[in-house]
Amino acid sequence: MSARHPLVVQTAPFLHAALSTPRLMREVALAAVPVLAAATWFFGITALLVVGAATLGAVGAERTFGPRSATLPRGRSLRDFSAVLTGILLGLTLPPGIPLWMAFVGGAVSICLGKLVWGGLGHNLFNPALVGRAFLQAAFPTTLTAWVPHTNGDELLVLRSSTFAWPLMQAHIDGLTAATPLARLKFEGHTEAWDALLLGNISGSLGETSAIVLIVCGLVLVWRRAFDWRIPAAILLTVAVVSGVLWGIDSTRYGSPLFMLLSGGLLFGTVFMATDPVSSPATPRGAWIFGIGVGVLVVLIRVWGGLPEGVMYAILLMNAATPLIERIAQPRPFGRGRTT
Amino acid sequence: MNESPFSLFVSACLVNNFVLAYFLGICPFLGVSGKLATASRMGAAVTFVMLVSSVCAFGIHALLDAIGAPYLQLIAFIAVIASTVQLVEMFVKKVSPALFRALGIFLPLITTNCAILAVALFQTNKGYGFVQSVAFAFGAGLGFTLALVLMAGLRERLELAKLPDVVKGTALALALAGLLSMGFMGFAGLGGGAS
Repeated sequence: MSARHPLVVQTAPFLHAALSTPRLMREVALAAVPVLAAATWFFGITALLVVGAATLGAVGAERTFGPRSATLPRGRSLRDFSAVLTGILLGLTLPPGIPLWMAFVGGAVSICLGKLVWGGLGHNLFNPALVGRAFLQAAFPTTLTAWVPHTNGDELLVLRSSTFAWPLMQAHIDGLTAATPLARLKFEGHTEAWDALLLGNISGSLGETSAIVLIVCGLVLVWRRAFDWRIPAAILLTVAVVSGVLWGIDSTRYGSPLFMLLSGGLLFGTVFMATDPVSSPATPRGAWIFGIGVGVLVVLIRVWGGLPEGVMYAILLMNAATPLIERIAQPRPFGRGRTT
Repeated sequence: MNESPFSLFVSACLVNNFVLAYFLGICPFLGVSGKLATASRMGAAVTFVMLVSSVCAFGIHALLDAIGAPYLQLIAFIAVIASTVQLVEMFVKKVSPALFRALGIFLPLITTNCAILAVALFQTNKGYGFVQSVAFAFGAGLGFTLALVLMAGLRERLELAKLPDVVKGTALALALAGLLSMGFMGFAGLGGGAS
């Protein structure tokens, strides 16, 4: 209301929250930094390289194919930071020994098939990082399930030859491979001790091993209100309850609830993937239904499926069901009847 | 084959989903998945036709085996499917003219939906018993409906998106089907069967 314009008629809203898309994206990316640090500690410098390659692929795809309009040049959409975040999150879901070119391709696919094709930011139907992960899993199943052992800071600067494999050449997975705790439960009937799971002294994808780091990051993000707390709460509760019932029936065949919660990609997927505000339901009731659906599918695939881990597929399938969930979980406007 | 009816049901519905794993019945999958209401009813119609043709196919197979004319199998299956579709068409036209108009050409085209013929042929080739056949056909129909309804929900949501020109129309539906199919890969091996 300056002196030149004594009367300005404005419409609501008058109060603006400081939260914007780039800021939210940056907060989530910052929360992923401790996870990345833990990954570097457990798997050496290759963790940084893999995440870097995936991010490069994502950013490159956004720069090359991103939306362009008469007023905005191509590549401006990079400023909302979502492509960088997608790349980082994709990189953290990949196994440590993956060749860098695969991580790069995965990043590019995440952005192209996961986001840009559907109309860009805010219109993606599936979590872009998981689309890239599912694509890699379908295209290179052996590489994506070859887990190298964790080294706990011993071989921080050791590089693996498989990391630098040429594109489309046979990737030579060198040295030892180590099964993930879920695979050992499924195929060998062996359950990992919970303290190793909590700290991360296990093999697995880069970002998923250390439960304690993920729990802290998730709590910080909930405190910052970066996502709806109902989704992680519903997923974890459902997994605990369903696996608890199964464990009560036969504790030798099924993992304990604590094991199911701490192992595999469940915590990582719960904190960073399922809570994607675009591809998960926006209504509170929808969030509960979504979370319960993910939890049930995770246990279903882990216990009865052919794969040891199913968090990625569970989230993708519930992403597909999100429009239907939002339809049935529509909040009723105050004063309206049941039929709207 | 001594698979339990339940594992056959789960297998036909999720693991080997006719649309998303076998890529059968893509024509109605792409054609009728624009609106949720139409999609779910189309799914119900297809499920019904699958069930009826599966039961009939079981009887026909036994009959043709008995009279020693197995070469008539394919043509007999088609005849059964076509007449069932005719029945559904008359029913829908009488009960809900609006739905009849919405489904349009895709209602009579159920006749040529390869997923239905596939159900009849699969159950015969794998030698399923009667209960197994019905469970298999019901699972296949439900899986078809599931794929159609998921697809319709996603496509309705995309109506508001600013899509790039390259993916408008069929390309969009095919890309979406591909992503859905990747999601369904997670069910591989479910129910104890071979993946």
